[in-house]
Amino acid sequence: MRLILWLSDFLIPLTVLYIVGFGVLMRRPVYDDFVEGAKEGAGTVFSVFPTLVGLMTGVGALRSSGVLDALTDTLGQWMSAAGLPSPLLPVAVVKLFSSGAATGLALDIFKTYGPDSQLGLAASLMLSSTETVFYTMSIYFLSVNVKKTRYTLPGALLATAAGIAASIFLAGRL
Amino acid sequence: MLNNIWAFMILTGIVWAAFHGNIAAVTQGLLDAAADAVSICITMLGVVAMWTGVLKIGERSGLIDRLAGRMEPILRFLFPELPADHPARRLIAVNMIANILGLGWAATPAGLQAMKELRQLEEERNSASSPGIASREMCTFLIINISSLQLIPVNMIAYRGQYGSAEPAAIVGPAIAATAASTLAAVVFCKMMNRRSGRSGRPD
Repeated sequence: MRLILWLSDFLIPLTVLYIVGFGVLMRRPVYDDFVEGAKEGAGTVFSVFPTLVGLMTGVGALRSSGVLDALTDTLGQWMSAAGLPSPLLPVAVVKLFSSGAATGLALDIFKTYGPDSQLGLAASLMLSSTETVFYTMSIYFLSVNVKKTRYTLPGALLATAAGIAASIFLAGRL
Repeated sequence: MLNNIWAFMILTGIVWAAFHGNIAAVTQGLLDAAADAVSICITMLGVVAMWTGVLKIGERSGLIDRLAGRMEPILRFLFPELPADHPARRLIAVNMIANILGLGWAATPAGLQAMKELRQLEEERNSASSPGIASREMCTFLIINISSLQLIPVNMIAYRGQYGSAEPAAIVGPAIAATAASTLAAVVFCKMMNRRSGRSGRPD
């Protein structure tokens, strides 16, 4: 536990140290290389910008209109009617679109039930083992102008469902 | 697919708001979202440029090739049709390594470049067919990517700590297991789809 927290703190600096150190050992002009790479990265961000605006506006429309709230409420009611832990499904659904919004819902669960409760653990695990499916797909596919994504969405949703099922199962066992 | 999802988000939002008297909120929501995209991009600009800069050092010094070499058996298994010394291999390897370590910001630029290489490969393979159709490699790469590869959920541990968890890092073991489950499902699915559909590029 302590080792893991220590590792979390040191992960990024150690990675940078390792890469730059290796470059110096190989007698590379490391700063020139860095600047060249940074230039490429800046270009990538600019090319992603229009996609990002589109996506965020879409999520913004759903959120500000109250659709997302209505959806999570309805899903929550269905879930509790079926006897399942109700606050979890909204987290799962929202995570498909927005990591930030899903984290907000998970923090609500932490506040209400505590991070070490079964719901809190399940929410922690769900967010740790899933990705923002629609966000990732739009950024990656639109950046290369691919419109027909074939079986990517079903595959991504299946992987997400497996992650969620495993999270709920494991949280019950902790 | 994405066109329909996006249209659905925008249209449902606006129509719903009109019926629930939230239309002013939507006006604000749309404008705020666009402004948020700008501030995210500005943050991204710094972080991504930093990582692509550092990664370039790793690339030029040969370090990335070494690491990518270690990923080679996995790549051969997942992308059997990807030519042996194709530049996409290294980019996919970098994307996966960065994702496993939880360095999402370093993963994205390599991932986007990998997609570019994969599209070029697909164009060379069948120049006659219409562009804009995902190749098998693209599908596999994205499904594996979305299945989440991160081993240590650093952010979640921090949040749990902030909200008074007695043991914030208790989720690390189970999180690795859950991530393994989702990635396993992704790999099995991709393998099945690859077997079913013939050569890449053809409609399913």
